[in-house]
Amino acid sequence: MTDVDAQDGEADIPIEVAPETLFGVLLTRSHEQLVLHPTRDEYAGLLATLQADGYHSIIDLCGVDYLTNFSRELPPGITPERFEVVVNLINHREHARLRLRVQISESDPVLPTAFGLYAGSEAMERETFDMFGIAFDGHPDLTRILMPEDWIGHPLRKDYDIGRIPVQFKGAPANR
Amino acid sequence: MTLVVSRFSSRVPRRIVDLMTATHELPTNVDQTSESAQELTSAGVVAAGERLRELGAVLRLSENDALHAEREYVSDDETMIINMGPQHPSTHGVLRLMLELQGETVLRCKPIIGYLHTGMERTGEELTYLQGPTNVTRMDYAAPLFTELAFSLTVEKLLEIEVPERAIWIRMLMTEMNRISSHLLFMATNGMDIGAVSMMLYGWREREEALRFLQEVTGLRMNHNYIRPGGVAADLPDGWRDGVLRLLDMLPPRLAEYDTLMNQQPIWRERLQGVGAITAEECLALGVTGPMLRSTGYDWDLRRDMPYLAFDQIEFDVVVGSYGDCFDRYAIRLAEIHESMKIVRQCLEKMPKGDYRIQDKKVTPPPRARIDESMEALIHHFKIFTEGFKVPEGEAYVAIESPRGELGCYIVSDGSSKPYRMHVRAPSFVNLQSLPHLMQGSLVADAVAIISSVDPILGEVDR
Repeated sequence: MTDVDAQDGEADIPIEVAPETLFGVLLTRSHEQLVLHPTRDEYAGLLATLQADGYHSIIDLCGVDYLTNFSRELPPGITPERFEVVVNLINHREHARLRLRVQISESDPVLPTAFGLYAGSEAMERETFDMFGIAFDGHPDLTRILMPEDWIGHPLRKDYDIGRIPVQFKGAPANR
Repeated sequence: MTLVVSRFSSRVPRRIVDLMTATHELPTNVDQTSESAQELTSAGVVAAGERLRELGAVLRLSENDALHAEREYVSDDETMIINMGPQHPSTHGVLRLMLELQGETVLRCKPIIGYLHTGMERTGEELTYLQGPTNVTRMDYAAPLFTELAFSLTVEKLLEIEVPERAIWIRMLMTEMNRISSHLLFMATNGMDIGAVSMMLYGWREREEALRFLQEVTGLRMNHNYIRPGGVAADLPDGWRDGVLRLLDMLPPRLAEYDTLMNQQPIWRERLQGVGAITAEECLALGVTGPMLRSTGYDWDLRRDMPYLAFDQIEFDVVVGSYGDCFDRYAIRLAEIHESMKIVRQCLEKMPKGDYRIQDKKVTPPPRARIDESMEALIHHFKIFTEGFKVPEGEAYVAIESPRGELGCYIVSDGSSKPYRMHVRAPSFVNLQSLPHLMQGSLVADAVAIISSVDPILGEVDR
């Protein structure tokens, strides 16, 4: 429902049978929402293009760990990787939103930072680093933000051991 | 417009980069982080880099300007780093600030968060879609219905279902009531922070009245779990109109009293006007939304500009400020209470009849009475409460305008009855990033006013 206005922006996008692209990047639609699938190399350049195109504000940046769900739907040519960084940008003038889904491999979880273009990504990238262990190359202060500094592991990873820390008093006999 | 691409790799003088990496080494082993890296570093060596980080990227300074800003910097022995919080009465919860002071002037500031982190996004992955609202409602505890709404709208988008008209209008009525109570809470805490302690009492008093209405409808004062995927938990009770009207009659004279007490009071204005100013450009760069963005004069409200629910059928005004200071942020929230009352009044007039939740047996539990007489209803009831309903594979992001700004929910579904990933874009979390920027050059005493005017809810910041 929020993307009623986003359809205005869609009008000038040519409808093709071949894989759709926008700004030279593969485009899909998910429940009428526009999703771009840049590769890691295209990411920084795409952000610069979008910034110049009126997407002045970064709304959200988060990670997803697809460890147990590699079969998800992606446009042809995009290899599913374990991690995804999802970026939401907004264009206030055209009332349009765009979502970027970048595939990040498990062996090299690094993405260039968006900080130079979108200063607002600072805390979000720190959170993604903290929760998923995805590093952002060039981030000025890439430290844990929600977890303690000396915490080991990244809690939102699917292979993070949830019951690792014993719960106090669990299993103790009731007091009557 | 000029773009500054990758300031920290090519355009920054080599020396600054060296200085930065000296303390903030980019972790090669991402499992490890260095000791005390979260804290504010001492002013000496990293000053230039930190300065550039705090000012440069936001203001899009050129290299020259950034170096100039560096030169203005005072030497290490004239400044002092102090700790504010994590349990300071004015930090609205467990927020910790590290302030670098020169005398009474705040040179730099760094918010340190995470003290309320309970892994709610992870918890969300362990709960079914029906249980989900009980979890997310505890994020923004001053405006719990909004997080429930964002979550429910996202699930409904994934399910591709339309909730009945009445449910939409009930949701609007309830969230606007919640906006009123949230802004009243802001009035109270803002007053307390600035020293207008009587305002605190008045704010809490009126908020209690608003919460009383929410309690009549949902059964709870807070953490309602009222808005659920498919509609709302229960229909409006008998006499709900009286409850709304009582509040609508009670509030205007009380708000007029606030006006007399605060707007017309020179001390109040002196404490807030011109303090913690921010421009629209900086807000957009930092991703700041809500009353903070509007206080700069930027005319943006998701309810009007990207309408959800039935806000396109409602007449209301978007209130904007002009200076972007603490006073504007306060005044906007006060005015938004009036606007919310307008919306509530229209909900009262236009409330349609019909179902309060979707009659889809796969999503909504059957009515209690049906369980006694229908085997099928019992099975549905059992299935929904044990296993939950399945949501088709996909991902969606839905955003709404909460009292603090854009509140979004991003859900990835793998086709099971639990979200594969549930992420909440918390407005307080993002708005809090603006603190270092707002505080630069202000006085310590103003720091309290500035934190208060951002109106952060730490439950939502840390999740």
